[in-house]
Parts: sequence; structure tokens; C-alpha cells
Amino acid sequence: MADQIGIEIRNLYKIFGPRAAELMEKVRAGATKTELNEQHHHVLGLNNINMSMAAGQIHVIMGLSGSGKSTLIRHINRLIDPTAGEVMVGGENVVGMSKEALREFRRHQTAMVFQKFALLPNRTVLENTYYGLEIQGVPHAKRVDAAMRWIERVGLKGFEKKYPNQLSGGMQQRVGLARALSNDAPILLMDEAYSALDPLIRVDMQTVLLDLQKEIRKTVVFITHDLDEALRLGDSIAILRDGEIIQQGTSQDIVLRPADAYIENFVREVNRGRVIRADAAMAALNGAEPPAGRVSGSNTLDDAGRIMVQNGMTRLAVIDDHSGQPVGVLTMEAIMAAITRHNAAA
Amino acid sequence: MSWLTDFPQMDENHLRDLRKTIDEAFRSFTRSYGDTFEAMFEPLRIFMVQAERFMTQTPWLITLAIILAVAWLGSRSVKAVLATAATMLLIGYLGMWDDTMKTLAMIFVCTVICIVIGIPLGIAMARWNRMQAVINPVLDVMQTMPSFVYLIPVVMLLGIGKVPGLIAVVIYAMPPVIRLTNLGIRLVDKEMLEAADAFGSSDWQKLKNVQLPLALPTIMAGINQTIMMALAMVVIASMIGVQGLGQPVLRAISNQYFTLGMFNGFAIVGIAIIFDRVSQAFGKRLQKHSEVSHG
Ligand SMILES: Nc1ncnc2c1ncn2[C@@H]1O[C@H](COP(=O)(O)OP(=O)(O)O)[C@@H](O)[C@H]1O
Ligand SMILES: [Mg+2]
Repeated sequence: MADQIGIEIRNLYKIFGPRAAELMEKVRAGATKTELNEQHHHVLGLNNINMSMAAGQIHVIMGLSGSGKSTLIRHINRLIDPTAGEVMVGGENVVGMSKEALREFRRHQTAMVFQKFALLPNRTVLENTYYGLEIQGVPHAKRVDAAMRWIERVGLKGFEKKYPNQLSGGMQQRVGLARALSNDAPILLMDEAYSALDPLIRVDMQTVLLDLQKEIRKTVVFITHDLDEALRLGDSIAILRDGEIIQQGTSQDIVLRPADAYIENFVREVNRGRVIRADAAMAALNGAEPPAGRVSGSNTLDDAGRIMVQNGMTRLAVIDDHSGQPVGVLTMEAIMAAITRHNAAA
Repeated sequence: MSWLTDFPQMDENHLRDLRKTIDEAFRSFTRSYGDTFEAMFEPLRIFMVQAERFMTQTPWLITLAIILAVAWLGSRSVKAVLATAATMLLIGYLGMWDDTMKTLAMIFVCTVICIVIGIPLGIAMARWNRMQAVINPVLDVMQTMPSFVYLIPVVMLLGIGKVPGLIAVVIYAMPPVIRLTNLGIRLVDKEMLEAADAFGSSDWQKLKNVQLPLALPTIMAGINQTIMMALAMVVIASMIGVQGLGQPVLRAISNQYFTLGMFNGFAIVGIAIIFDRVSQAFGKRLQKHSEVSHG
């Protein structure tokens, strides 16, 4: 499998319009999206984006429609050219690549999954799945082998001779995923890959991705406008508004410490019990004797509550995942406080 | 104040001189380059002669079998094949077999030329907006200019015969292939092209794997129209020496042979309907998997 590589985005700007380069100065000097739009009829797509995405993790980029998510993810494989800034992938600057180098980079370092699937209607599932390998010139037998393996892996065995329009949306996106994975690229770009799917299918597909990720350990960039999806999938989450990143952090950071009212609005509807981890709500042990009941630090408050109810307890020892040692105490009161905090605030 | 009542036109003598100058220039051009042009179009003549020879000299049973096989491969419909057989047999029985074969040869050659020239032109138009801006008006002229007008220079250059006739038909019939190739490629979903790019396709791979396959049903509709327009030109082409079903019609007009004209006219209509049905059925089959469904 390909080596893991991370992604570094530095001072990235994108202005849409013919005089983008001239307007860069104004934007650097602090012109806003609205000003640029009203005074110059240019769209400020991205405004000074800086992100560091570690290898082998799922990085979610979240924001409302029009906030610049698609624009941002398309800079990683340079489907869109930036107005200014750098995109470093595995130590190489994508922005400076020649046409040929960029093609090679897209063939071997990145793969993409699309919101509307973008499968070729005149090709079967199998032929769609090996598309990336085909254009790399991989021999037929070898690419069929690889494609079949991934078709099976995403749960489409037996469907390889079908055409996309004979499949449901969820199944079509499985093909999209298999096509991307067949490329065996270290970076997987998913632009609202699940947004077109029904809610139940969507949760299914999230599970598929999480299961796969345990094994493939790719650097996944996942775009969504759905906070539940972001919290479920993201090792890290960045929130975008009007082309600017307004908060970056883990799901705990976003839910427990929203940076402003905009994010607080998002977070309000979240089921906190399913997001907040036991170790985020516990009190330190401070040398005291840990209670008999135990819960893993990475478990959610929901899980902890269930353990308490099942065992008739009100206090649990929180165990550190790595050391296996108790590091804190989680009480029923602490769980209630963490879950209802937003209600108290509202 | 005569310019108020009579249009202030160019002086008669100047006008005559203008026409004379242009005519003479073109005539001397014809004299010096006519042979060159004829040599240039020699491969076309050979192609046409061979096609005609094949269609008329092959035993009719074999030709009929080939025609029916093509109808079957295109339409996959027993009904269409039976209708084709009935039409062809009736045409033959009414004594028009040879002329029909010559017309089919002409349509075949014309269609091949239109495809070979038209599809690359359409692709170029889809790719470069500048190209589209240049070619579109030319196509408009090709389609609206009465064919007799552009027959004049063609005949002056190449004389009367198969090749000038063929060129006239090609000029008239080619625009739909070009236009619909351009349109078909431009209509390809943007996300589909993005996907091709994201996987690192070269321009050629993108054209071959994505743009042409997705545009194919539209291109087929263009080819269908081209064939229909070529058939519509059969009679005019026969005026400058293209053999086939058009010539009896011409004879019928000048001699008032009502029945002869009708028979040949209906033969042309019969062929047109066969072409149309078969190529449309073929187009539909191409589209079988193309309705993209979401959700
Ligand atoms: N090619 C373009 N030309 C002009 N404006 C664009 C273009 N692409 C996107 N935009 C604008 O950039 C902003 C961000 O768009 P996008 O990245 O598609 O948002 P999202 O994916 O978050 O919905 C929007 O205001 C959109 O209108
Ligand atoms: Mg988008």
C-alpha cells in the first residue's frame, strides 16, 4: 500500500473573476467577501486558508452551502488553481506542478469521490471501478483483479456486470468509493460524497468508510454540511464560513468549546451524549481510590450512562486507552451537566 | 433627386466590369488549377466508383442479405427487418434495383465523408470557443445557400460528374454532424469531466472515455439528419451527373412521365424511412444505460 502523506495548506486565497490577481492586494489588506462582490463583482472563494492535515486521518471540512468547501477540496488536487498560496502534499507543492507532473500526481497520490457519483453510464460497475487504473495503463487482468477486490470490499459482489442506472444511489456511491480506492492513492478526497443519500443509507456508508479506514489508513478529506456526519467521521474538523476557517479542532473542541455564535448554532441540535467522550467530562482522580465500575476514556457519555444503569452505579472509573490505567472519575451528575449544558445556556 | 425614386445603384458599366473581373479571375484560376483539383479529388472518385461497383455488381441476393443484416444489427427488431425486406423487394420488382443501389452507394460514401470530416470539426468546435465562432456562420451559409449557387463554382472547377455531385451533397448534408457533435460534447456533465480530470486523464483519454461516449447518442442523431439531407439532395445531384434514383425523376419531369416520377420518388421515401427507423433504434439502444439516475 502507498506511503502515508499529509497535506499542508498555507495562505491559500481564491478569487473568482478575470481580475483576481489585481484584487489580491485588497483582500490581503482586509477586504471582505461582501465588499469584493459589491465593489468589484468578484467572488472571494477562499480567504487565507491555513490547515495542516496529518497523514492517515479523516479530516472533515464543514460549512453551509456556498461557504467554499468544494473550492477548498479542489485545490488539493488542483482542479481549481489558487490565486495565491501553497498546497503542500507529501512535501511537494501542488501549485507549482507542470501539467504532466500534475497528471501523475492525480493518478497516483489522490483519488476523489463525488456528490453526484459521476460514474460513466455506459460502463459497468467493474469498468467504472478500474477507470483510474485503466488510464494509468495497468494491464487488463491486473486492473480487473484490483477492482474486483474493492468491489467485494464495499459490498457489491455480484453487481460488477450491472450498469450504474440499475443501482440505487447508495450502491452507486459504493462504486464511486471502490473506484477511488482501486487507485491505491494515499489521499482520498470526498466532496459531499454522502449528501445525496437517504439518511439511513448515509449512516451505512459512514460505517463503511470508518471500517475501511481502520485498515487502509488513508489521509481522507471529507466535506459535509451535516454536523452529525462531521462529528461521527472526523478525527479533526474545520468549519468554514464565507471562505474563511473559523474553527479547527477535534469533535470535543467543536461541541464543548464552539468558537462563536455561528458554530454554537450548529452545535445546538447535536446529541451531545453521543459525541462527548467520558474523558472530556470526568473529574481528575487526584490520588483518590477509583470506583469499581470502569469505562474507557474514548467511550461516549451515552455508553457511560448505559454502563451505570446496567450495573446500578452512579460513579465510574475512566480508563486511559493507551496505559489501561484509571485517570479520572465520571459521575452521573457530571454526565447530566455535560449533556444539558447547552440547555442551561440557551 | 432621382436617388429618392430609384435606388442609387452602382453604375451599370462598373457593375459589369466587377462581375467580369471576378469571373475572369475565377476562370483563369480554374484553367490553371482545375487539373490539380481533379487530381486532389481522384481518391474520392475511386472510392465512389468502387462503392457503386460493389453495390451494382454483387448478386442482388447477397446485397439484399447485407442490407437486411445491417438493418438487424442496427435495430434488433424483426419488424424493421421485415419492413426493409418488403420495401427492397418491391423496389426491385418495379425495376428500380440498379438505380437504388447507385443511390445507396452515393449515400454511403457521402455519410462516410461527412463523419470523417464532421466529427473532428465538431470536436474542435466544442474544445475551442474561437473555432465555434468561426465555423458556425460557415455552417449557416452552407445550410441556407441554395445548392444551385455553389454548384456553379464546383462544376466550373471539376466539370459534370460523380465527384462534383458528391461534393455538393456533402456540403449540404454535413452541417448536422458537425453541429450535433459540438452540442453533444458541450452538454457532457461538468462533474463527469471533473472526475476524469481528478483521476489524471489526459485530454485524449478524456475525449475517448468520457466526452465521445456520452455525446454518442447526440452524434448519432446528427448522422441520422445528415443521411436524410443527403437523400433529399439525390435529385439535384443527378442534375450534375450523379447516377441513381434522381435521374429517372429528372427524366420524368422533362417528359411528364407521371408514374415513373412517382415510383422513383417513393423509392427514395422508402429508403429514407428505413434509414431513419434503423438509425433511431440504434440510437435508442446506445442510450439504454445513459439516463443517469440519482438517489
Ligand atoms: N467558477 C466560479 N466562478 C465564480 N464563483 C464561484 C465559482 N465556483 C464557486 N464560486 C463561488 O464561490 C463560493 C464557494 O462555492 P463552493 O466552493 O462551491 O461552496 P460549497 O461547496 O461550500 O457549497 C460561492 O459563493 C460560489 O458562488
Ligand atoms: Mg459544494
